[in-house]
Amino acid sequence: MKHATDAGARSLPSETLLTAVDLHKSFGPTTALAGASMELAAGEVVAIMGPSGSGKSTLLHCAAGIVAPDSGRIVYRGRELSGMSDAARSALRRSEFGFVFQFGQLVPELTCLENVALPLRLDGHRRRAAERRATEWLERLEVTDVAHKRPGEISGGQGQRVAVARSLVTGPRVVFADEPTGALDSLNGERVMTLLTEAARETGAAVVLVTHEPRVAAYSDREIVVRDGRTREMELTGR
Amino acid sequence: MAIGQTFLGLLESRPSHGYDLKRTYDERFGQGRPLAYGQVYATLSRLLKNGLIEVDGVEPGGGPERKRYAITDAGITDVQRWLAQPEKPDLYLQNTLYSKVVLALLTGRPAAEILDTQRAEHLRLMRELTRRKNNGGLPDHLICDYALFHLEADLRWLELTAARLDQLAQEVRP
Repeated sequence: MKHATDAGARSLPSETLLTAVDLHKSFGPTTALAGASMELAAGEVVAIMGPSGSGKSTLLHCAAGIVAPDSGRIVYRGRELSGMSDAARSALRRSEFGFVFQFGQLVPELTCLENVALPLRLDGHRRRAAERRATEWLERLEVTDVAHKRPGEISGGQGQRVAVARSLVTGPRVVFADEPTGALDSLNGERVMTLLTEAARETGAAVVLVTHEPRVAAYSDREIVVRDGRTREMELTGR
Repeated sequence: MAIGQTFLGLLESRPSHGYDLKRTYDERFGQGRPLAYGQVYATLSRLLKNGLIEVDGVEPGGGPERKRYAITDAGITDVQRWLAQPEKPDLYLQNTLYSKVVLALLTGRPAAEILDTQRAEHLRLMRELTRRKNNGGLPDHLICDYALFHLEADLRWLELTAARLDQLAQEVRP
């Protein structure tokens, strides 16, 4: 596996993977998105930033096809998400997307190795092949020592590394990460971000990262600011 | 940066020539701002005059003679005192950005744009420092972290101020 050492030397992203235009979404009387838009190119790392309650997580969930917007368009590689059946959207998420959440959301009954292998198993891979690939990813994320432990037996930092390994094991085109370091101390947060962005750059995966921490956003190529459910894309200064 | 005390600290670890002192200083503490030779020799003269260092030997060379400097007992006491003394934290009360925001509000200009432009500039610098720290060793990591944490504090202030602009406008406008 090639190790990327200079994030700045990475080639410019080109192909547009995902476009979200004028998204609106309310939860009961609460407006979460009021005209949010974003674009994502292949291989880039984009941070979605904004104050608490600004709608940044809802934007990520809509873009990832987890939540359907009330109005607006989301197009992923030429296919409109709203025109797809639930089953087709689920299949798309499994094959093309990886996810990392604030609290890992690992399956507590499974070992870490089984957790990482799970997306491959759901995709029909044989157990041995899936666990072999999962082992490679645990090595890459420097957590081979927890392979046979359950999530309840490991630290938060180790859990997030396992979650990152799980998000990348299927070779996704996009990793959606919602406050991936929110529950970690500075040192562990930094390690998780370094490993996540390095691995994504090596595999060519794009990353959409929701964070309210500027030091975490500094790992991205550019940021999208969400305020009151509306987006404001900043100049592409990071490229 | 206290150049004199830093020289004393470096000389306490081992005697050194002026040129080597400058090189070590630039490598470890310069962060892209190397010392001028004039500054180096002016500092050494002052330390010599105050009895904090002494000439430990002179080596003839092709050019001018090279003096090797060593720290004296008085110099060691001085370094010890300096290291033990806490640095005065900055007050940060004279702040250009704060002035810009207040003036924008006073004159009816869009203060939110000033904050957004500044936020983008801060994040640009934070990205640069993050790349540098990820490609460097631990000393680089530490100095970049110091800068990153300070820039992050600024960004938190920018965010908070953006959320309070309407309230601030009411208070500052006559």
